[in-house]
Amino acid sequence: MLLKIKFTQQRRVRLAQGLWLLSWMAVMWGVIIFCLGVYLKTELLRRAEVMDNSEIHVVPNILMMVGLASIGTNWVASRACQDSLDATRFPRWKVFLLAWFAVAAVLCCLLIVVVVLSYALQGSLEESLKVGLRNGIRFYKDTDVPGRCFQKETIDRLQIEFRCCGNSNFKDWFEVQWVSNRYLDFTSKDVKDRIRSNVDGRYLLDGVPFSCCNPASPRPCLQLQLTDNSAHYNYDYQSEELNLYSRGCRQALTDYFMELMNSTGPGVLSVILIQLSVCLSLRYLQTAVEGAMALEDPEGDSEGFLLEKGVKETLEDLKANALKMLKFGQVDPNAAEGSSEAADAEKAEKTASPTPAS
Amino acid sequence: MVLMLVKFDLKKRVKLAQTVWFMYWFAVMAGVLVFSMGLFFKIELRKRSELMDNNESHFLPNLLILMGLITCGINAFGGKICYDSLDPNKFVKWKSILKSFLVLCVVFNGLLFLTALMCFLMRIPLQFTLAEGLKNGMRYYKDTDTPGRCYMKRTLDLMQMEFRCCGNDNYRDWFEIQWVSNRYLDFGAKEVKDRIGSNVDGQYLMDGVPFSCCNPSSPRPCIQNQMTNNTAHYSYDHYTEELNVWKHGCRDAMLSYYGGMMNTIGALVLLVTVLEVAVTIGLQYVNSSLSTLANPEDPESESEGWILEKTVKETFTDIMATMKSMGKGTKVEEGGEAVVTTVS
Repeated sequence: MLLKIKFTQQRRVRLAQGLWLLSWMAVMWGVIIFCLGVYLKTELLRRAEVMDNSEIHVVPNILMMVGLASIGTNWVASRACQDSLDATRFPRWKVFLLAWFAVAAVLCCLLIVVVVLSYALQGSLEESLKVGLRNGIRFYKDTDVPGRCFQKETIDRLQIEFRCCGNSNFKDWFEVQWVSNRYLDFTSKDVKDRIRSNVDGRYLLDGVPFSCCNPASPRPCLQLQLTDNSAHYNYDYQSEELNLYSRGCRQALTDYFMELMNSTGPGVLSVILIQLSVCLSLRYLQTAVEGAMALEDPEGDSEGFLLEKGVKETLEDLKANALKMLKFGQVDPNAAEGSSEAADAEKAEKTASPTPAS
Repeated sequence: MVLMLVKFDLKKRVKLAQTVWFMYWFAVMAGVLVFSMGLFFKIELRKRSELMDNNESHFLPNLLILMGLITCGINAFGGKICYDSLDPNKFVKWKSILKSFLVLCVVFNGLLFLTALMCFLMRIPLQFTLAEGLKNGMRYYKDTDTPGRCYMKRTLDLMQMEFRCCGNDNYRDWFEIQWVSNRYLDFGAKEVKDRIGSNVDGQYLMDGVPFSCCNPSSPRPCIQNQMTNNTAHYSYDHYTEELNVWKHGCRDAMLSYYGGMMNTIGALVLLVTVLEVAVTIGLQYVNSSLSTLANPEDPESESEGWILEKTVKETFTDIMATMKSMGKGTKVEEGGEAVVTTVS
């Protein structure tokens, strides 16, 4: 027997009550995880215009799924322990509990996967933002093209809210034409010069939109002729720090989302801990109550344990059971040999699921 | 003739006491709500006190905080009384002070109603404070090197961006003050010398606004400088251009923000007042039903409950008579002494 504990009737009742409370707490945590997932998804959707793909959405999707599943699972656990003290109602839970342990183990694995993914997908998020922002900056001037007419407003509000400028930095604005042709006087010399000096006939400026301006700067914002020191009094392009936002929007958005996902980390870890403790307690309760029901005096002492035999023996038992189930369908011993390798692989999967906490 | 007479037996009394106890706990939470609303309002005023020239009156949030605390206290006490009313032994000790407690509750409800009224009325002084404060704030926009005022520029810029407003009444307010610091003006340039020369006070005024006035919804890149000069920009008409900069003035924007907040708080305080009146009436019923037991020894006997023992008019005349007699009590003594001295 693995980790056996003696249980008196009173201890069993206490365990059932404690477990009932614990499982309701776990239901609450499941709700919290679900809400975290919804919040993360909403934030990602809000900025969907500057993101190219939606790979990163897998993190909030899994969080929401796990949240819902955990609510259901733990509610079932609370019903099970309500019935556990009633000898007539408990036996029907026997098969359910086996499935329950499997589901709880899968949930814990998924939660760990979420934590890993939230770090692993950072690169993909950056790539997606890079492409999305590049397009946004390119289409900034197209306020008269249907489908792109809100890019200007989106990028302006993004730069103001996240206090960033351009994709990697403000020089990204020097490389695109962000002033629409509608507002350029093609008869003026300055415009004609600029357009001629550019290969693609674009009007490029060493200037940025107003949304790049930093309110913390001590001087009124300088947006145009940024590289020309003589165009502005007492201005040095190389040493001017506070005039515009120095961060790029890709960096700003990545930092924001990473922070959001990291802050869900402690919540997820505590859900894993609570789920594991519910699992353990339910296993103890199940074995203790079953032991008590097998006695002549149902109110007597019984033993609760995690596994009936040692870990190794339980694994071998499961292996044997699985082989037996497979052997029922096998006629040819040669085919049996070939398929026993496949059976080995299946066994490895099966042994992983019913032993959640050992 | 009693006001709103209701007959009570034991079960009804118990139910009444339980209901009123429950309502008292709601009222305690309502008191916490009033307290937190006062705190929230205070914090919001502090956040923008720079823009109001640090002149804003904190009277209303302080009053809300005080009333919230008193509400919590009174209702917790009332709840305890209700809880004890179910047990005749415990209730005896409360019997004596219950009448004065009820009078206190009525006075307190009146004060709460006045607080709600204040929430709606304090909008007017706030309007004047905001107008003054914003005008001064704009004047100090350029003073980013003066200690004590160096953050005014950032505060104003952030406020204009957040509230989507420009200037005090509208964007032209920026044309009337110098918002570019002298540190960044080239006094050797002809243009600067012309502008300063043409102004009586030697100020550098321009028909331009800071970048924080720009509206991101505009289809064209923001035009901040030379706004009144149509020829300075291609395809630009100063009179018909609508989306370029924010149209609203910041005084109106802030006033509607704070006004909305005060209206909401006022409405909530009114609701709390209604709840308080309800629990006071409930407590009065508990009090009257427990004092009129048909058989004082038997807790299961019938009793009656009411709001006022006599009609409103009679109660009012009673109160006036009591007050007059209290006033006459001192007068009669003096008159009596005078009579005595004249007699003797």
